[in-house]
Amino acid sequence: MATALPQQVAPVATHPPRGRRAAGWANALFVLPYLAMFVAMIVVPLAMGMWLSTTKGDLFGVEAHVGLANFTRLFGDPIFLETVGNTFYFVVLTVPALTLIGLGLALVLNTPARWATVLRTIFFASTVLSVTVVTLVWRLVFLPDGGLLAVISEALGKTPIAFLNDPELAMPAIAITTIWWCIGLPMVLFLAALQQVPRELYEAAALDNAGRWTTLRRITLPAISRTFVLVVIIEIILQFQLFGQPQLMTLGGPNNATRPIVLFIYETGWRQWELGYAAAAAQVLFAMILVAAMAQYVVASRKGAQ
Amino acid sequence: MRSQNRVAIALVVIAGVLMLVPMLWVLALSLKSNAALMVDTNSVFDGVFTLENYAAILGDGQVFRWIGNSLIVSLGMTAGVLALSSLAGYGFARLEFPGRNILFVIVLLGLAVPEQAVIIARHQLFSWAGWHNTYPALIIPGLAAPFGVFLMTQYFRAIPKELDEAAMLDSASRFTVFWKVLLPLTIPAQATLGIFTFLSAWNDYWWPLISATNKQMFTLTVGIASTQMNFAQTEGLGFLMAQAVFAGAPILIVYLFFQKYIVQAVAGAAGR
Repeated sequence: MATALPQQVAPVATHPPRGRRAAGWANALFVLPYLAMFVAMIVVPLAMGMWLSTTKGDLFGVEAHVGLANFTRLFGDPIFLETVGNTFYFVVLTVPALTLIGLGLALVLNTPARWATVLRTIFFASTVLSVTVVTLVWRLVFLPDGGLLAVISEALGKTPIAFLNDPELAMPAIAITTIWWCIGLPMVLFLAALQQVPRELYEAAALDNAGRWTTLRRITLPAISRTFVLVVIIEIILQFQLFGQPQLMTLGGPNNATRPIVLFIYETGWRQWELGYAAAAAQVLFAMILVAAMAQYVVASRKGAQ
Repeated sequence: MRSQNRVAIALVVIAGVLMLVPMLWVLALSLKSNAALMVDTNSVFDGVFTLENYAAILGDGQVFRWIGNSLIVSLGMTAGVLALSSLAGYGFARLEFPGRNILFVIVLLGLAVPEQAVIIARHQLFSWAGWHNTYPALIIPGLAAPFGVFLMTQYFRAIPKELDEAAMLDSASRFTVFWKVLLPLTIPAQATLGIFTFLSAWNDYWWPLISATNKQMFTLTVGIASTQMNFAQTEGLGFLMAQAVFAGAPILIVYLFFQKYIVQAVAGAAGR
C-alpha cells in the first residue's frame, strides 16, 4: 500500500522527442479538465473559507469583516472547547483500540487457510456500510427499550442501561460503534505489511529455535514498525473527523457529551447559519489535521531509510 | 506454544461472531411485524417471522427513488473521476507543458485538504449558482478529489516508455497513443479507482445531507438518515430495520463478489 509515496513520484524532467516543444500548450489540454475541477472545488473554496473565517455573516451574505475576532471568540467559547475535548477523547478511545485489535487480527489471520479467509471477510464487511446503516444497527443494540443489550441484561436479571442517554457512557458507546465499523482498514493495512516481511527472516529464526513470542518480538514487530506508526496517524486523521455517528445517534448529547468539532461546524453553519464562525472552526480543525498529515508524510518518506 | 496459538484463534473467532451479532439482530427484527415489536422485541425469539416490512418497502416507492438517485450520483461520479484522472494522469506522467511539475505538486498538496476545510464555501458557491438539489451538485465536488490523479499518474509512469515511443514513430497522435495504446494497460488501476470512487460516493453523507434538501433528491444514505431522525416516536421499528437491511445488503453482496478489489482500493487510498 505504501508504495505510493509522493516523493517517489516527484516529477523528473523527461526528454521529449525533438520538435515537440511547440506542442507544450496543447499537451496541457490533457490535465485541463481536472485542473478546472480542482480549482473550482478545492482551491477556490479553500481560499474562500479562509476569507469567510474573518467575516461575520449569515445566509444572506457577509455583514462585516471582523479580522481574527471569530478565532478569539472560538477560544473563549466553552462549547467549542468542549467539542475539542470530546474529539480528543474520542480519538483516545478509538485509535489505540483500532490499531491494537487490527494488529492482533492481522497476526492471527495472516494465513491462507480457509477459516482465516472467512474471518477476514467478516471483519472487513462492516467497512463497506454507510454511516447511516451502521448507526441504525447500533441504535438497535443500545436501545434501552428492547435493544439487544437490554434484552441480554434483562435475561440476566439486570436493569437495562440507556447507554446513549448517559453522559458517561454515550461516547464509549459511539466509540464501540466506530470500532465495529472501522476495524477492517487497520487489519488489511497490517496484513499487507506482514506479507512484505521477508520469509528468510522467519526461516533463520526457526533455525535458531526461536519461540513464537521471540519471533514476534524480534522479527515481526520491528519489520512492521513503520506501518504501525502510519496506521496510528491514518486513524487519528480519520477519527478526528467524527461526525455522522453522534449526529445520528445522540445529536451531540446528552448535555454536549458527544458533540465533536465537525458537528459543531455543521450546527454553527447549517443550523444557526453563522457561516463566518463555522468557517473559523473549520480552519482550526484543518490546522490540526494538517499537523497529522505532515507527520504521515514524514514517516512515509522514511521508507527507504531503514 | 501451540496452545497459545489456539487461544488466539479462539479469541478471533469469538470476535468474528461478535461482528456478526448486530447484523443478525437487525435482520431478525426486520422479519418481525411492527405490532409484535411494539409489545416486546423479545418476540424475536418466538420464531414467528413475516415479510410484511419488506412488502411495505416495495409498496412505498420512496426507497427506490433514493436508490435510483444514489446509483445516478455514484455512477456519474465514477465515470467522471475515471475520465478526468486518466487524462490528467497521462498528461502529468508523459507530456511536457509549461508549469507541469509545480501543478502536480499543488495537486498532491490537495490530498491533505479535508472536506471540512472547503465544505462551507462550496455550499455557498452552489447556493449562488442555484444548483442545490440537482444531480450535478451531488456529483461535481467528487470529481476534484486528487487521489485519482495521483494513482493514475503513478500507474502511467510505471508503463515502459518504449511503448508510446514506438506508437509515436507510426505517427499516431498524442490522444491516439493515450486511448489505443496506454489506456487498455491501466485497466487494473481503473478498477481500483472506480470501485473506490463508487463506494465513497454511495456512502457519502455530509455533502448530500446539506446539498440535497428536497426529499426527492435524497441519496439512499441521506434518506435512511431522515427516517432515523424520528426514531424514538416511530411505530415502525421493523420497517426501519427492513430499510437498514435493504440499504446494507446490496453493498455487502457487491463486497462479497469484489472483495479483493475493494480491500485493495480502500487500503490503497488510506496509505497513499
